Amino acid sequence: MSAPSPGSEVDGFCLGEMIHAGSMAFIYRLTGPRGPLPLVMKIPRLGPGERAVNVIGFEVCRMVLGALGEGPHHPTLVAYGDVETTPYLVMAFVEGVRLNDWIRRAPIAPEEIARLGAAFALALHELHRKDVVHLDLKPTNVIYRASGEAVLIDFGLAHHSHFPDLLAEALRIPVGNWEYMSPEQVLGVRCDPRSDIYALGGILYELATGRIPFGRPHSIAELRKRLYRDPVPPRAIVSETPEWLQEIILRCLEVDARERYASADQVAFDLANPTRVELTERGSRRRRAGWGTLARRWLQARSFEPAPCPPPSTQKNPAPTVVVGIVTRPIDEALCEALRAAARAVVAADAHCRIACVTVVPPAAALSGEGDEPTATVRHIRRLVELRKWARPLDLLEERLTYHVLESEKPAAALIDYARMNDAELMLVGAPRPGGGPRLLGGICAQIVAEAPCSVTVVRLKAGV
Amino acid sequence: MKLALFADIHSNLEAITACLSHATALGAERFAFLGDLVGYGADPVAVLDLIQQYAADGAVVVLGNHDEAALGRATDTLNPNAQTAIDWTQSQLGERQRAFLAGLPLTMRDDNILFVHASAVAPERWIYVTGPTEAEQSIRAAGAGIVFCGHVHEQSLYYVGAAGRPMPFRPVSGTPIPTDKHRQWLAIVGSAGQPRDRSNAACYALADLERARLTFFRVPYDYRSAAQKIRSAGLPERLARRLERGA
Repeated sequence: MSAPSPGSEVDGFCLGEMIHAGSMAFIYRLTGPRGPLPLVMKIPRLGPGERAVNVIGFEVCRMVLGALGEGPHHPTLVAYGDVETTPYLVMAFVEGVRLNDWIRRAPIAPEEIARLGAAFALALHELHRKDVVHLDLKPTNVIYRASGEAVLIDFGLAHHSHFPDLLAEALRIPVGNWEYMSPEQVLGVRCDPRSDIYALGGILYELATGRIPFGRPHSIAELRKRLYRDPVPPRAIVSETPEWLQEIILRCLEVDARERYASADQVAFDLANPTRVELTERGSRRRRAGWGTLARRWLQARSFEPAPCPPPSTQKNPAPTVVVGIVTRPIDEALCEALRAAARAVVAADAHCRIACVTVVPPAAALSGEGDEPTATVRHIRRLVELRKWARPLDLLEERLTYHVLESEKPAAALIDYARMNDAELMLVGAPRPGGGPRLLGGICAQIVAEAPCSVTVVRLKAGV
Repeated sequence: MKLALFADIHSNLEAITACLSHATALGAERFAFLGDLVGYGADPVAVLDLIQQYAADGAVVVLGNHDEAALGRATDTLNPNAQTAIDWTQSQLGERQRAFLAGLPLTMRDDNILFVHASAVAPERWIYVTGPTEAEQSIRAAGAGIVFCGHVHEQSLYYVGAAGRPMPFRPVSGTPIPTDKHRQWLAIVGSAGQPRDRSNAACYALADLERARLTFFRVPYDYRSAAQKIRSAGLPERLARRLERGA
């Protein structure tokens, strides 16, 4: 099919400049009487010689974007044409810079990768929370707005668990971008959000090294190599790559989805907090697996069973963050113990949740820094030590615990902000003791309960304890 | 035009009333009852009288295997509990209800839609559409763009993918699914009166024919009253518990 020319009209919309000619569709800016509109039209390539997947891609895109509605991390669907007569989608134009602008300059600085990657991962997490798996992530499908927020585009190969998967089993050759495709996608699995985490890892790898982790496969056999062959560690290509970044990238690129991050917000968290990344052998690796390991993996790959897809849920966060606010000064040991007991119960009920231990201190500027007052750094470290001490009896894996000393004059507002930024599922806070106790706590509790973006459990000591 | 579809109502007045008011509130103007109006439940007369009113206003109603059994023309052997309920149902039905059931067709066709209780392959044989093979055969035999049926109590939607084979899909309550006319579809709307998937909410589906959207729903209803009536009628306890547990 030849592309409609700019200036022609489709169903009353006037086509402007063609901004993309992909293998599945053309994309045009739409224009009005006074110049370009903030809209684009996507027209699938249809007709003799074009692939059947193009029309399915159109249907999928319409279905998924229609279900997603408005949101900061995907284009809004404005209008669409009938699939049988004039198929087209009109979407909001996303102003920004595509990720491939950075890819062209790769390798780029780790801090830059962390910033881009964290925004990307947050956008992905938002999508996964809505039961959508993108399945065609590549640098041209990620746009950064001026605010730094990432927008994911092109949902033609996506999977939404609330809708029939029109692409399932439809095509013998795995559809999507082969460069960043996860091993389970190679085998036809289309329902695992961790496939997107793999693609994210592949793109971070390219940003860090300038290379694609598995090159550009030209055949199914080459594509299948990723079931057993590990990529060259980034540090072997760019020796300055920090261990934390390699750890994150290689964890995303694990063959078995269960070995990857359970959710994209965990990737975002690690990218935003490099010092909290739990380093393993992955982070320091300097070479690929030896021949012996490779032979064993090759044998295993022949009977590789992809991990089952996690159950879809619009509500439940697969790795929820539970915020524990420890704000009493001086430390109220009994209340701390009660908070620990509450945290234990939460941890016992959910094997994936992450506990964020948070305390709030007045801003450094509020300290005089003279006399007996400790310096801000010393005070910060002391608080961290206190938080670690609080958490130690919980006996959790280090990666499930994080510690945060927030600086704010307003403890309640700081905790609420933290919960919002980190998409917390639950917050635990201590209540003032009946008939006394820390005076401030009553006000803090009330404000948190009133304004927190998540459930709040107020832990109260029984009278007489 | 919105078309509400109900199947396997099984003499459950509370369930069908709840589904009908749910659908009416959402703008349903046409109604289809896909067989098994009676059996299992304790309100055969009230349910048939209600459906007969809808039929008089143009609703689609087709015959199910339990309806056939209630007429004493059973060709299939029902399980003992079902048979007990059918024997009791026969004793309840009056001439009017029997005449209504006796006049029901096995299938009805409206433009590109086929309504049938079980499989369109041989509607009188009550074949269960439990997988892609049966779905494919039913779709082919129907020769319609969309087949609406029941018999199997769980909701599912089969769609013909690019490879030409129907694929099963378990719908999510309340999500409108685009059912474009260039594809063929087979929708099992689920049992209104005796859900069996461990949820005791009644099943039905609502088709928006102009916009080509199909939405499956689960509607909570007063299952306690329905179960209590089964007990009071002296029907098997298992049939009452089934409504409570949805299994």
